[in-house]
Amino acid sequence: MTTLRFIGWRLLAGAGVLWGAATLTFLVVHFTPGDPAEAVVGGEGAAPTPEVLAQVRAEYGLDLPWYQQYAAHLWRIVRGDFGTSYRLHTPVTQAIGEQAAATVELALAGAATGLTLAVAVALATARRRRWLRGLASAAELVAASTPTFWLGIVLLTVFSFGLRLFPATGGQGPASLVLPALCLALPIAGVLGHVLRESLEEVLDEPFIVSARARGLGDAAVRVRHALRHAMTPLVTMTGYWVGALLGGAVVTETLFTRQGIGRLLVSAVNAKDLPVVLGVVLLSALVYVVVNLVVDLLYLAIDPRLKEAA
Amino acid sequence: MKRAGVYAAAAVLAVLVLAALAPELFTAQDPLAVDSGGTLRPPSAGHPLGTDENGRDVLARIVHGTRTSLLLGFGAVAVALVFGGLLGLAAGLGNRLVEGVVMRLSDVGMAFPELLLALVVITVAGGGTSNAVLAIGVAGIPNYARLVRAQTLAIRRSGYVEAAHALGLSAPRVILRHVLPNAVKPVLVLATVGVGTALVAGSALSFLGLGTPPPEPEWGSMLSTARNFISRAWWYGVFPGAAITLTVISVTVVGRALRLRSEGRAW
Amino acid sequence: MSLVKVDDLRVAFGATPVVRGVSFEIGAGECLALVGESGSGKSVTARTLVGLTGEGAQVSAAGLAFDGQDLTRLRERGWRRLRGARIGFVLQDALVSLDPLRKVGKEIEEVLTAHTALSGSERKARVTELLAAAGVPEPGLRAGQLPHELSGGLRQRALIATALAADPELVIADEPTTALDVTIQAQVLDLLAGIKAQGRSLLVISHDLAVVARLADRVAVMKDGVIVEQGPTGRVLGQPAHHYTRRLLRAIPAEHTKGTRLSETGPRPVPAAPRRAAGDVVVRAEGVGKSFGGRPAVQDVSFTLRAAETLGIVGESGSGKTTTARIALGLTAADTGTVEVHGRPWTRKDRALRRDVQIVYQDPLAAFDPRYTVAKVLAEALAVAGVPRGRRRERAVELLELVGLGAEHLARRPLRLSGGQRQRVAIARALAPEPSVIVCDEPVSALDVSVQAQVLDLLEDVQRETGVAYLFISHDLGVVHHLCDRVLVMKDGRVVEEGPVGTVFREPAHPYTKELVAAVPRLAAA
Repeated sequence: MTTLRFIGWRLLAGAGVLWGAATLTFLVVHFTPGDPAEAVVGGEGAAPTPEVLAQVRAEYGLDLPWYQQYAAHLWRIVRGDFGTSYRLHTPVTQAIGEQAAATVELALAGAATGLTLAVAVALATARRRRWLRGLASAAELVAASTPTFWLGIVLLTVFSFGLRLFPATGGQGPASLVLPALCLALPIAGVLGHVLRESLEEVLDEPFIVSARARGLGDAAVRVRHALRHAMTPLVTMTGYWVGALLGGAVVTETLFTRQGIGRLLVSAVNAKDLPVVLGVVLLSALVYVVVNLVVDLLYLAIDPRLKEAA
Repeated sequence: MKRAGVYAAAAVLAVLVLAALAPELFTAQDPLAVDSGGTLRPPSAGHPLGTDENGRDVLARIVHGTRTSLLLGFGAVAVALVFGGLLGLAAGLGNRLVEGVVMRLSDVGMAFPELLLALVVITVAGGGTSNAVLAIGVAGIPNYARLVRAQTLAIRRSGYVEAAHALGLSAPRVILRHVLPNAVKPVLVLATVGVGTALVAGSALSFLGLGTPPPEPEWGSMLSTARNFISRAWWYGVFPGAAITLTVISVTVVGRALRLRSEGRAW
Repeated sequence: MSLVKVDDLRVAFGATPVVRGVSFEIGAGECLALVGESGSGKSVTARTLVGLTGEGAQVSAAGLAFDGQDLTRLRERGWRRLRGARIGFVLQDALVSLDPLRKVGKEIEEVLTAHTALSGSERKARVTELLAAAGVPEPGLRAGQLPHELSGGLRQRALIATALAADPELVIADEPTTALDVTIQAQVLDLLAGIKAQGRSLLVISHDLAVVARLADRVAVMKDGVIVEQGPTGRVLGQPAHHYTRRLLRAIPAEHTKGTRLSETGPRPVPAAPRRAAGDVVVRAEGVGKSFGGRPAVQDVSFTLRAAETLGIVGESGSGKTTTARIALGLTAADTGTVEVHGRPWTRKDRALRRDVQIVYQDPLAAFDPRYTVAKVLAEALAVAGVPRGRRRERAVELLELVGLGAEHLARRPLRLSGGQRQRVAIARALAPEPSVIVCDEPVSALDVSVQAQVLDLLEDVQRETGVAYLFISHDLGVVHHLCDRVLVMKDGRVVEEGPVGTVFREPAHPYTKELVAAVPRLAAA
């Protein structure tokens, strides 16, 4: 019952966030300087006649009072209509849909690689010898501080043009996914590894860990069976970081490796001032954030049942 | 963290600030001087870090780019800190209505990845260095608002604030004497680490061609061009990025050390 | 033959020696108690016996043997065969010593998996048996619960069950009852006595001589990494040979210490005229009630507090003591009833009244702004009290001297003071506005017994000199008996008994008070 109520509250909160996001996109459209009708017809250079503009305004409801436009805006979004791209002249949902698979593939590969690296390094080095911890700490710092785009350039310089191990551009089978995924994963691994190791070292000092050791448990069993589960919780709560790092990283990575994907779609849309596409991607990211957050909250309850009462 | 590492990082930061203020001290070359005869030359005595596709000295461009890059990092954090800080204080000190409004707004803000939010600002306002600072700064506001609110609330609930109330200090006086001074330091410390993140985000915008426009030297936009010459000129792609990474590492190390110290822990 | 033999054990962390040459033996079926204050090295000694001294520890010993086996040469694998299997270890506070995310049954089963060849179903059955043997009712149900779903007493029993799971010959219990309420503490001590009766050896680590008195055959008193005295319990507690043991014993507040000094500081001369006449009513609470989220925390509490009097409030955790104190302080508004100070009701705005009631907390460090020096802490309190700027420093020094500190402490930050010094500064701050009442919320609970003795003596001195009244909250009946004139006994938010402290504790009328008084561990029982 409490869990159900908790989920209910979370859904409501998520809906609130999406409503806010939709409102924000409306405000952006409304307050952007320039005539949206001109943008629809094809930018300033198109020089459309006043009649054409008036027709477009009527068609898009741009001549209505703001609250009617707002209501229409919300209603369109609820129905899954994010408008039409100024540049591509196709529905935004279609434009995004065509690119989604490639980005999801990249994001999942990057997240899985990053998480695996972080967990492995943290488990292996937390509360070990000084030099080992120092080494891991330095590696994490460098990885977390390296911008994705430069990491990509270095990876390309070494592995594509130097050693000729992997292709330099995307979309050519699994081998072409290796460098982009690594490029996305390393900074994530740096940040997560740092958080995880600190949290693991804190947990390993807890009395229940000493108790477990005093029962005759080996070090590996103590780390995996007792400590890891506790140490994972901060990672799970970093939803905002995860979504941001993967989507933001995808924008850069796709551009750098000239891969298909939502990120590249977004960059070309920003360059072309194609507002509907930009806002569509932003709304989508908010939706992803809300959904992931909900999943994370449930996951969190599963990891730490004590929270059930608190919720 | 080792003491020596912290001092080294602080020294790097000092050099960077100096380079931002007086780049001529570090290079005699003009970062904009084109030399069509000496394009994409590898590092040599005359050009320690090589030249770019227009024959410009890469070292001079990196040195002269310091000012813009630091401005991106520090400027964006300043924007986020000022607006986020005010909102967070209002939420932490105000009544439930104010707190509710600020927190729900920041909930919405948190749902957007910072880079995407920055891209929306750029789409609306256009590119350029100052817009990039603004874009990254605006994107960081929700985060700082939360941070400041949490900090303020934690202090309001602390033993010493209760003790001050019990002593008979008036509420405004408690806020002025105890809550604000104790909230400022940890937030500033966390903001230090945030400078690195903002710098990376700002140069990412330039890399995407949406931040500082050429020919003005900036590390992110240098890399944007350099990626077309990776196969021919490794130095062009490696050094500007190394400058970013080194800056971010130094800022992070100093920021972490400050944090540990403010928490009363050893470095 | 001795089961455990420790000869000249030395442990250092870096350059800091923590244990400096400790020797003792534990015979089969015998109970040895290691007693000492914080920093005496007693816990480190205990952990060394299972090879868990801690990171960066340098351990050396002329001899360290368990059942004839030389422990100094043991590698990790060898230690693991001992831990849990032949030596059970019970850490203090089961809330943090059991993995909060694992069912208690799993924690016990873990020991069986590591050290026995039992099958899965046999292990399950054994877990239930072990919980039942540790006095846990409905063991089958409890095995499937998480630690936080169990009460403090059951949790401690479950933790003890993990230590007993593989039938060890030696059980080490590090502060096994410290975090528990007094009635539950008594039950856990009975359980430990039962373990000894089974013929196992027991090593009990404690800061509390009274706890140890009813359990141990022999006592070893530790101070600064050295055992200053060891011998049969009756002899050590009855005729202590070492002056530190004597000091420690005398520092324990109880019925018979009333009116005597606990620490070695001499009493200060009483000033000619106390500031306030004894007998005036300073605080009167009438029918006070307070609920949080619909759950009553305090119901129908009434009391009066007179000048130069100390009123104790005792009760176990959750009894409403602290809420009562906060209402008396005017920090929490009561839902029902009234609180009057000097005949005037509490109102939020009445700051003159606020100054008249001050507080001393359990954790003094949290009660000081971390940026402030002692001088600033006191100056702030004096400013509120209306002392002109030019006189503040002089007054601050006077206050510090009143609490046994001096001008040399003005420039220090509370973080750099010892626990006892911090509590003295807290008392000085509370005295700054010259209040007629100080609410003391567990002011000595976090302190070692010898420091506690000094603070309790100080509180008495201050009262004699200033005529201030104390509302003294504590879970420790000995402390209350020693210090207080009258006492309220609280349970579940209500006052169940009230009266002069001697009468209430000697002839308790309410069944709960009887239970409470009976549960208090006493040195006399030794």
